[in-house]
Amino acid sequence: MTKTIHHEDVSGANTIKLALAWTFVGIPLLWGVYHTLTNAVLLFK
Amino acid sequence: MATAVQADSGGIFSWLDRTHTVAKPGFSRWLVPPAALCVHLCIGQVYAFSVFNLPMTKLIGITSSAPDDWKLTELGWIFSIAIVFLGLSAAFTGTWLDRVGPRKAMFTAALCFGGGFLVSALGVHLHQLWLVYLGYGVLGGCGLGIGYISPVKTLITWFPDRPGMATGMAIMGFGGGALIASPLSVWLMQHFATPDNVGVTGTFITMGLIYMVFMMVGAVIVRVPAKGWAPEGYVAPAQPKKLITTANVHVDEALKTPQFYLLWGVLCLNVTAGIGVLGQASAMSQEMFPGRISALAASGFVGLLSLFNMLGRFFWASTSDYIGRRNTYMIFFALGLALYAAVPWTGEIGSIVLFVAFYCVIMTMYGGGFATIPAYLKDVFGTRYVGAIHGRLLTAWSTAGVLGPVLVNYIREYQIDQGVPKADAYSVTMYIMAGLLLVGFILNYLMHPVDKRHHMNPEDVNS
Repeated sequence: MTKTIHHEDVSGANTIKLALAWTFVGIPLLWGVYHTLTNAVLLFK
Repeated sequence: MATAVQADSGGIFSWLDRTHTVAKPGFSRWLVPPAALCVHLCIGQVYAFSVFNLPMTKLIGITSSAPDDWKLTELGWIFSIAIVFLGLSAAFTGTWLDRVGPRKAMFTAALCFGGGFLVSALGVHLHQLWLVYLGYGVLGGCGLGIGYISPVKTLITWFPDRPGMATGMAIMGFGGGALIASPLSVWLMQHFATPDNVGVTGTFITMGLIYMVFMMVGAVIVRVPAKGWAPEGYVAPAQPKKLITTANVHVDEALKTPQFYLLWGVLCLNVTAGIGVLGQASAMSQEMFPGRISALAASGFVGLLSLFNMLGRFFWASTSDYIGRRNTYMIFFALGLALYAAVPWTGEIGSIVLFVAFYCVIMTMYGGGFATIPAYLKDVFGTRYVGAIHGRLLTAWSTAGVLGPVLVNYIREYQIDQGVPKADAYSVTMYIMAGLLLVGFILNYLMHPVDKRHHMNPEDVNS
């Protein structure tokens, strides 16, 4: 039977990597959402 | 036979091999969803491809279409070819992807999708439509299919405790890709436009390079867990419960089970209903509320539907981790049926707010259907071949991509030809969509665990 391995990572380096990675995908996504909502406002004007 | 462990090509591309992507101790699994999003946010652009259609009818005439310019009907095939090749590549490369791992698959997807834009740019520059079909349609379509399924199994392996949420996050990116691509494409075309050029070539080159780099970043970040890894505190269930198996079914064997075809039907019907109205949302809103919804407001409505399509992917897939996949689809079909049937009523009472609200909820369930299916497959067929099985199942999407718009368009045309006012022409369509969802409800209700004779031997699972 395969032994189960657990890694719980709490290092600062990983926190920075996580922040960078999520920012990298988050910024363009938020920009797209902002544009969509701006256009959608016209629907109720 | 090459196995997952043996698949190491060596040479300068060895960093792409599965063996080089095994996470070292200390790697955070929360880095994998952004890696998947790098790919899905790019390939989701396909939903916004229509923004190029009108400018591409004026490549020669610039301000208006010249006789030699491409027709809209010819350009419509670019999207259709891409979706067909999405389904075909997902179906045929699933097993390869399972063997080589996510990094090589994402890298290949980046080359195909970005390369597809570059070939299309050449096609636009030389005014050769077949090059655009080949570029964005065939090459880009293959990038779509490989990119779509590449992170699914990896995410399920990293998040055995919350597979719905994990895959929902990635597939949410596919829904969000259009929200980014649409304004980006318009902005780039304006930037590259000159008095004798509509700016499509420059836009294609720029987007191709941006997407290639963005997707490559995902390929660099992604990791697979070490053998035997499990999240802290997670204990894999020893016994199967209801529809969640602890066994694994080989991809070829899965095709021999009724469960595969039931799920194929479930996905196809859910997508048919959603995609049919998504393609007609702009015209439908203006015709159901004549004089009250302008063309500009209608484009805002389409954007809003895309937003709810994206949010539904994360919301419903995450919810399915708690209420179960089958129950989630029961909600999709039952609530969807009621809402589709009620849409004509919103037109009768003239309520734009209710019309928009009903469609937004419908769109969450359309997106939710895509995002919940990988975890449903994992529950029914096990984790080992979930990527490959998911790839095969995506042919349901290609089918629905043709079926949905055809149903909506032809029924509408027939209604108008029969003298039905435009404002009422969608009523029958909505009732037919509700009927499709009823069939989907029954198929989902018939789902039961896979017979044990289809299960793999435990010793074959890791070979």
